[in-house]
Amino acid sequence: MIRLPLWILGALLLGGIVHLSTVLAMPQAATQDAYSRLAKLTPVNAVVPLTAPSAQDTTMPFMDPAFAVAVCRYDLSSGAIKLSAPLSQAYTSVTFYTRKSVAYYAINDRAAGRRAIELDLMTPEQHTQVPEEEDVTAADRLIIESPTTTGLIVLRALAPEPSLMAMARRALAGTQCRIEPVPQ
Amino acid sequence: MRLFLGSCFTLILAAAIGLGATWVTLTRGVAFGAMTIGAWTAWPKSGSVDIDPYARATIARTGELPIGTGDGVAFYARTDDAGNALDGRCTFVVSGMTPAARYWTLTLYDAQGRLVANTTDRHGFTSAEILREAGGRFAISVGPRARPGNWLPSGGIEQFVLVWRLYDTPIGVASLTTKEGPMPAVSRKSCS
Repeated sequence: MIRLPLWILGALLLGGIVHLSTVLAMPQAATQDAYSRLAKLTPVNAVVPLTAPSAQDTTMPFMDPAFAVAVCRYDLSSGAIKLSAPLSQAYTSVTFYTRKSVAYYAINDRAAGRRAIELDLMTPEQHTQVPEEEDVTAADRLIIESPTTTGLIVLRALAPEPSLMAMARRALAGTQCRIEPVPQ
Repeated sequence: MRLFLGSCFTLILAAAIGLGATWVTLTRGVAFGAMTIGAWTAWPKSGSVDIDPYARATIARTGELPIGTGDGVAFYARTDDAGNALDGRCTFVVSGMTPAARYWTLTLYDAQGRLVANTTDRHGFTSAEILREAGGRFAISVGPRARPGNWLPSGGIEQFVLVWRLYDTPIGVASLTTKEGPMPAVSRKSCS
């Protein structure tokens, strides 16, 4: 019985390893993460408005009910994405998430500074293939690199008052998210 | 024989400790880099690629999408300033000023992040629709029964969560200091 503390010490060390590895494995094992939830509701490479959250039904937990939300679930394997989002009157933002829900880039209407948020989304490999002269001529073209081939673009337009929700939804309805085939 | 029994004991105990610790940390929403002001806590790093493994595991499990750092920052409150749990059967008052932001919203959820059913279909306020006193201060009553002024119904649920989202704000983007702006005070008034 003198060995019992040793066995417990071993269990603690092993338990620590189990704990860390399960935490690290969780994003890979999750079946109810945001991308999986939206995969059932949205086609790939197209903008789809999400239904407003209500007490009965919410697409994802902790959604802000003051916002109209649209999602473009992207897949860059066949080319880069060209996104153009017109701005609503109040506040519009575009957030990019990886396949595992990590927000790697976000921009709002004021930072975009124009009438619309326009940008190109591509993988780092596709970015290296962009001809250099094109890079120079279109200096104001915003290029975002996606760390993963698939992911989510989430567009949010604020309705400062409930009566302005229709306006926010209309603004998002003009959003385009389309694939640009890789030039051969 | 003793070796075999000891090994079995160790392995079972290790599994229990490891899985138990994972379950506790993920259901409690443990994450590093918390920024606490009064009753409000935000995790600005969760909206960037610097998100820590615990926050990553938590959002993978719950299915939420954290607010991006270039978009804004979200503060969560599960208790009032004195540490009382936010009980839907009590009336709380949220009052004061907010830090600089172009817009903010305040939303009431249940512990799982769902909106709470109520007769007026109100789930929160935005900075544009709130009624203010002179000087820009405001007070919001959060409780089960209707109040004059800004009333946010809590539907009488056992535990609710308030989320204050600041959009287009300098907070948490440029710096991670905790000396920045005031957050509204949360205090319990009465319980029914």
